[in-house]
Amino acid sequence: MTATFNRRGLIGAGAAGLGGLLLSGCDRLAMAPQAINIVRSAQHLTFGAQRAILAGQPLAREYKASDLSPVFKANGSLHPGGDAYAALLENNFADWALTIDGLVNTPLKLSLAQIKALPSRTQITRHDCVEGWSAIGGWTGVQLGGLLAKAGLAPTARYVVFHCADNLGGTSDDSGLYYESIDLFDAFHPQTILAYAMNGQPLTVPHGAPLRLRVERQLGYKQAKYIMRIEVADRMDHLGGGKGGFWEDRGYDWYGGI
Amino acid sequence: MSDVALDIHPDAAPAAPPTGGGTEVIYRHRLVVRITHWINVICITLLLMTGLQIFNAHPMLYWGQYGADADPPVFGMTASHGHGYTQIGDQQIDTTGVLGLSGGEVRGFPGWVTWPSHRNLALGRSWHFFMAWLFVINGLIYLISGAINGHFKRDLAPTRAQLRPSHIWRDIVDHIRLKHPVGEEAKSFNVLQKFAYLSVVFILLPGMVLTGLTMSPGFDAFCPLLLTLFGGRQSARTLHFVFANLIVLFVIVHVVEVIIAGAFNEIGSMITGRYTIKTGDHA
Repeated sequence: MTATFNRRGLIGAGAAGLGGLLLSGCDRLAMAPQAINIVRSAQHLTFGAQRAILAGQPLAREYKASDLSPVFKANGSLHPGGDAYAALLENNFADWALTIDGLVNTPLKLSLAQIKALPSRTQITRHDCVEGWSAIGGWTGVQLGGLLAKAGLAPTARYVVFHCADNLGGTSDDSGLYYESIDLFDAFHPQTILAYAMNGQPLTVPHGAPLRLRVERQLGYKQAKYIMRIEVADRMDHLGGGKGGFWEDRGYDWYGGI
Repeated sequence: MSDVALDIHPDAAPAAPPTGGGTEVIYRHRLVVRITHWINVICITLLLMTGLQIFNAHPMLYWGQYGADADPPVFGMTASHGHGYTQIGDQQIDTTGVLGLSGGEVRGFPGWVTWPSHRNLALGRSWHFFMAWLFVINGLIYLISGAINGHFKRDLAPTRAQLRPSHIWRDIVDHIRLKHPVGEEAKSFNVLQKFAYLSVVFILLPGMVLTGLTMSPGFDAFCPLLLTLFGGRQSARTLHFVFANLIVLFVIVHVVEVIIAGAFNEIGSMITGRYTIKTGDHA
């Protein structure tokens, strides 16, 4: 390489150097722990503001069958893998049972047939991914609030945690297992259902078979798939990374309303 | 402190007689306008850069209620075989190095316009919503103070004389010839300037907030009217992007005009409030 300097080269190098300096300076601010703490504090403002405007528990818009997405994009885990799930799937989830425990008066264990025998709700709603895309799908399932009422909540109950079968973190231990949580305000909303059917068909594996959460006023990562156990809790710091969900532990807001 | 804009500042030197090439210092921008202006500069810069970070998570735009991989986009960026492409409707343009693929990485917008420069949706969102709150609070202070102190009525609303087609036409010609007013005319905004500021203040910036809120599933449950107004969450996302581009266009024209009109005087007036005008004949 020959070192030939001319004015244009120098100006170009200077501009690139200045640009690089500016860029690294920007990144230093964008990534500074104190700055991140400050900007993250705005999520409490967003959460408080949305809780205030949603105090009357309005429903998310429901669409017509003609509005359905031709293809509903499956995202995140598309198959939980593992022998245990494979065995459940092979038997068409006849051996699967949902556990509801934690801060409840009567822990429940419900088979898929028992869940399907309960009164159901069907809703065509829009699924909004945190990445920006949306898909419209129809969901049939049982209202979470009814199941929680059946189990009976302890006075200290605050959160409902969904433990899932998929290891999205890809770890060999349980640290990568997907989990999510919502509070009682959203848990008892009429559109918050545990869905076992999508567009009139049994839930497929990419969409979370045998059971997934629909919490319609929040983003896609809150809609936990492959639910195995529902735990009622008074706090979340003892779970996973302590932030209340798989993506929350990786920097995303716990409240996914925006 | 005198709080009357476009008035002769009490501290200013006595006005020169309106002949020859004299100058006169007027008090042009109120304190609240100056402060909210610069906070807005910071907000819009960071909202834009974090917005592009968020856009990069799914660099495709759709029209309607839904839109994802299998649906036809109206605009977007892709990459294949070491090339980056920008797609507008059915057209595809090779934009390798800037859009679709840059720095050897598949990404919508390049690292030098996103905040942070590397891909980090979670952090981009945290910064975006913090800045959005600051922007909304700052904007409300500007709007409320402007309505109360008469800023909109006195400084931004075009006068009857300015709205005459002949005047508008003359102003267009003056802009094309880069001719700037002097004397009494320089004491108020010209009509094209007023149109530009009014559309940014009352259409584009509120439009950004409303289309942004339409993307929130929580806010949609509270106000489904927004979904009807913008034709769906994906349309709102597309309009959010279009409005952002129009704001960038406004900023470019705004900064070019500031430079043409005299950067030192113009920027100085947005810091101190004092603006120097040439008096007398068109020099």
